[in-house]
Amino acid sequence: MRISRPIVSAALLLSLPWSLAACGSGGGPAAAPDEIKVGLLHSLSGTMAISEVTVRDAELLAIDEINKAGGVLGKKLVPVVEDGASDWPTFAEKATKLIRRDKVATVFGGWTSASRKAMLPVFERYKALLWYPVQYEGLESSPYIFYTGATTNQQIIPGLDYLKEQGKKKIFLVGSDYVFPRTANKIIKAYAAANGMQVLGEEYTPLGHTEYSTLVNKLVQARPDAVFNTLNGDSNVAFFKQLKSAGASAATMPVLSISIAEEEVTGIGVDNIAGQPVAWNYYQTTDTPANQAFVKAYKARYGAGKVTSDPMEAGYNAVYLWAEAVRKAGTTEVEAVRKAAPGISLDRPEGRVTIDGDNQHLYKTARIGIVQPDGLIKQVWDSGEPIKPDPYLKGYPWAAGLAAS
Amino acid sequence: MSAFVNQLPIGLSIGAVLLLVALGLTFTFGQMGVVNMAHGEFIMAGAYTAFLVGDLVLALPAAFLVAGVMGLVLERAAVRHFYGRPLDTLLLTWGVSLVLQQLARDLFGAPNVQVPAPSWLAGGVGILPYNRLLIMALAVAGVVAVWLYLNRTALGRRTQAVVQNRRLAATSGIDAGRVDMLTFFIGSGLAGVAGVALTLIGPVGPGLGTYYIVDAFLVVVAGGLGQLRGAVLAAVALGLLNSYAEFWSDASLAKVAVFAVVIAFLQVRPQGLFVLRSRVLT
Amino acid sequence: MIRRNLPFAAVAVAALVLAPLLLEPFRLGLLAKYLCYAIVALGIGLAWGKGGMLTLGQGVFFGLGGYAMAMYLKLAEAGPGGLPDFMVWSGVTELPALWAPFASPVLALAVAVLGPAALAALLGTLVFRQRVRGAYFAILTQALAAALVILLVGQQGLTGGTNGMTNFFELFGHDLAEDAAQRGLYLVTAGVLGVLYLAARQLAHSRFGRLLVAVRDGEDRVRFLGYDPALVKTVTFAISAGMAGLAGALFVPVVGIISPALLGVVPSLELVVAVAVGGRHVLAGAVLGAVVMGYAKTAFSERFADGWLYLQGALFILVMTLAPQGIAGLLARARSGGTRLGRVRRARTT
Repeated sequence: MRISRPIVSAALLLSLPWSLAACGSGGGPAAAPDEIKVGLLHSLSGTMAISEVTVRDAELLAIDEINKAGGVLGKKLVPVVEDGASDWPTFAEKATKLIRRDKVATVFGGWTSASRKAMLPVFERYKALLWYPVQYEGLESSPYIFYTGATTNQQIIPGLDYLKEQGKKKIFLVGSDYVFPRTANKIIKAYAAANGMQVLGEEYTPLGHTEYSTLVNKLVQARPDAVFNTLNGDSNVAFFKQLKSAGASAATMPVLSISIAEEEVTGIGVDNIAGQPVAWNYYQTTDTPANQAFVKAYKARYGAGKVTSDPMEAGYNAVYLWAEAVRKAGTTEVEAVRKAAPGISLDRPEGRVTIDGDNQHLYKTARIGIVQPDGLIKQVWDSGEPIKPDPYLKGYPWAAGLAAS
Repeated sequence: MSAFVNQLPIGLSIGAVLLLVALGLTFTFGQMGVVNMAHGEFIMAGAYTAFLVGDLVLALPAAFLVAGVMGLVLERAAVRHFYGRPLDTLLLTWGVSLVLQQLARDLFGAPNVQVPAPSWLAGGVGILPYNRLLIMALAVAGVVAVWLYLNRTALGRRTQAVVQNRRLAATSGIDAGRVDMLTFFIGSGLAGVAGVALTLIGPVGPGLGTYYIVDAFLVVVAGGLGQLRGAVLAAVALGLLNSYAEFWSDASLAKVAVFAVVIAFLQVRPQGLFVLRSRVLT
Repeated sequence: MIRRNLPFAAVAVAALVLAPLLLEPFRLGLLAKYLCYAIVALGIGLAWGKGGMLTLGQGVFFGLGGYAMAMYLKLAEAGPGGLPDFMVWSGVTELPALWAPFASPVLALAVAVLGPAALAALLGTLVFRQRVRGAYFAILTQALAAALVILLVGQQGLTGGTNGMTNFFELFGHDLAEDAAQRGLYLVTAGVLGVLYLAARQLAHSRFGRLLVAVRDGEDRVRFLGYDPALVKTVTFAISAGMAGLAGALFVPVVGIISPALLGVVPSLELVVAVAVGGRHVLAGAVLGAVVMGYAKTAFSERFADGWLYLQGALFILVMTLAPQGIAGLLARARSGGTRLGRVRRARTT
């Protein structure tokens, strides 16, 4: 073991940056007195970067706008950006860093359910705030998380209402194999049973799956009136390409998707998905004054070719909602902000949103849209008014027993 | 019942995709023993070539050239220093694949790009759309071309000679280094062709290669190193297995079943379906 | 003997005494995580560096250990008759039978270590008997990792699906949020690593270890001499899998999460990279590599997120082409003016 002597020097070398890191930033640099640090924690690398970078951009835009308008409590917001790297433990690690070392006032971040679940214990442990901007599977209400995307009764159930109104009786469920689609499909099956709809089949494929010929064959054989699609990411590209070349069309077998926004349409190919319905709370085409300003500002900052989408808008809103709560509380202190937040109501690009005091979700308007040949999405149906968030579906008798506790 | 019958052509077409992505590996892995983890990224390069060229037919030779040249550069710059050390090459080329993925992300952006399918590919015969038939035709054409090259051309026979006994071949006046270059060029070029074909059915993005690389290696391993007919049989068998396993259960279980069958199969035939007989001992 | 153990003792003092004193809790937690990876790397060093078995599926064993531990933690929290949180939202109403044994910490730990070892022994028996080796073995283990991820994700009610398991509050009555608990976990991890390192070194120097290296360098010759190379490889593979399992079991309370993303193809490969960077033929090199690469990943991703892939890829290419013996090889060369390198290089590196 003569060779192991150099290991000592190596170990010493190694400990150098460690001790430097420890000395240089013991407890992290404190914010300047006229600044408030906020954390942005999204995947900037890895598979989820495609989606999450756009949300971070929208959040940066909101921070800039707020700063230009004078900041919050007379202080400027300073973003501290971290990379979750599409890896759930990394989200937990970086969240810890933002809270403990950077001492940020709040964190905006996450996309996948898995990343949120990984961060949740960190925020609860250190009693820090997380604003989560994406539609998700519900059954959660952490006191330290604000949910600015839709929960199930603001997206999935309206989507089903729409299909029912369209007279679709037989539906087929297709999803990626993870928590959100499985939970969504449980809700869909309960809804179908209560509303005289028939579920012909329920199929899951691994994340990143690209071979859909067997699944398409099953669909063609089953002849459903509509397909409810909870596939995620790249799988959608393969699914829609292969579905289209099998001769299925939106007219004969509409596929309602809840994870495809303006951003994804280009990658799938407009030809392959034009005419298909999607369910969200916001589209780039949503007709509100706030949205015209948002789309204009976003394009001015990031390029005329860029599109805006629901999760981006939800991230953009989150910053404004937090800022409003801080103003109301008169401090960035977490418990005070939490107390001030319920009832805050703002006119945002998607229309009026209000923070619900019971579960820290938002009242949101549900919208069904159709993918247009130009790649944008045109609204064809909406819920009329903002729907009260109900993550545990307590207000739906048919959903009793879905959430055991 | 008809759904069951439909799974047969579907299985064959899945097999064709597998064969196409693995065909290049029968060269680099099969002939040269180089485990090229960047093979998936050469496929990706082919797909992006199709995106840039915009025309499927023109893209085929272009992608062959682009990926082939990338392979050539890789072979000359790095791989050739590693012959006889397949595991080191494996790790080296994995490093290359990471760099290429990030490069694609920086060049073309992280979101998927769209390669429009030509209008003459709309429609199909029975359950199989024309684009699937085209992929099957490409796979068959690829196999025939590779077979002709290896068995009917002087260069191909030299390649085989180098594979079977490198030193003897070199002594007989064959420039083994040139043969290596050429083999790597063709193997990588075939990956490029596969990439063009995959734009018809799947996403075109920086992660494209990672979706196919493990499957491609399984085909070559199950088929037997360097054995073209082995790769063909293994691809078709795994395609059919995948098709029926998914039909009876679901896509997740089908994938697991494929892995399990390959591992079990190697218990029976550890060298794959066909073995290159050789007296050389390690 | 003293001379030989001096470096080890120095590192041990640095790790056990200096690090907890100097590092803030957040950084200490990260170091504990790297040390968990270092335990896996140690196993890879044995299997690959000494035995020539390039295992690209070590994440499988790490994951099994981690899941076993996570199941215990979840059950301990849920209490008798309770259900883990993710089962509630997955609609599972009764505790699956598979989970029942994990209520006992002793059993859970035993499964965490012996389960992976048994799986590796089974796989090794099947595969090595048939003389599947080299790249074949590497690809098979990689396929195993891919298959396990799909299985874990698909069985959401049993495993938590893609989310995996998270939200652990206490371990043996200690609140995991406390800095003291984290420090304790760090010390345990460092201690385990130290003990395992000494054991592995002992093993490598034993008759068995020499046989293992002989198998790496000339399997057929060893067979002709009347030994059973398959047995030697299987035992080594099982030991390395057991180490990975134990590392996984430590990782879960240290980091607070286990999910399929941690044990797939990419993390398994990253660990092999780390071993290569550290120096595969020296056990200490494997450990060093895991810590260096873990630190590099954190440091780089905190500064430039996108650059990490480039750096990792480039580092890898450079190490493989310029310094196949890794950092340990470079250090050895620097010390002995190149003479030793000649010796190390002669060792076959397949």
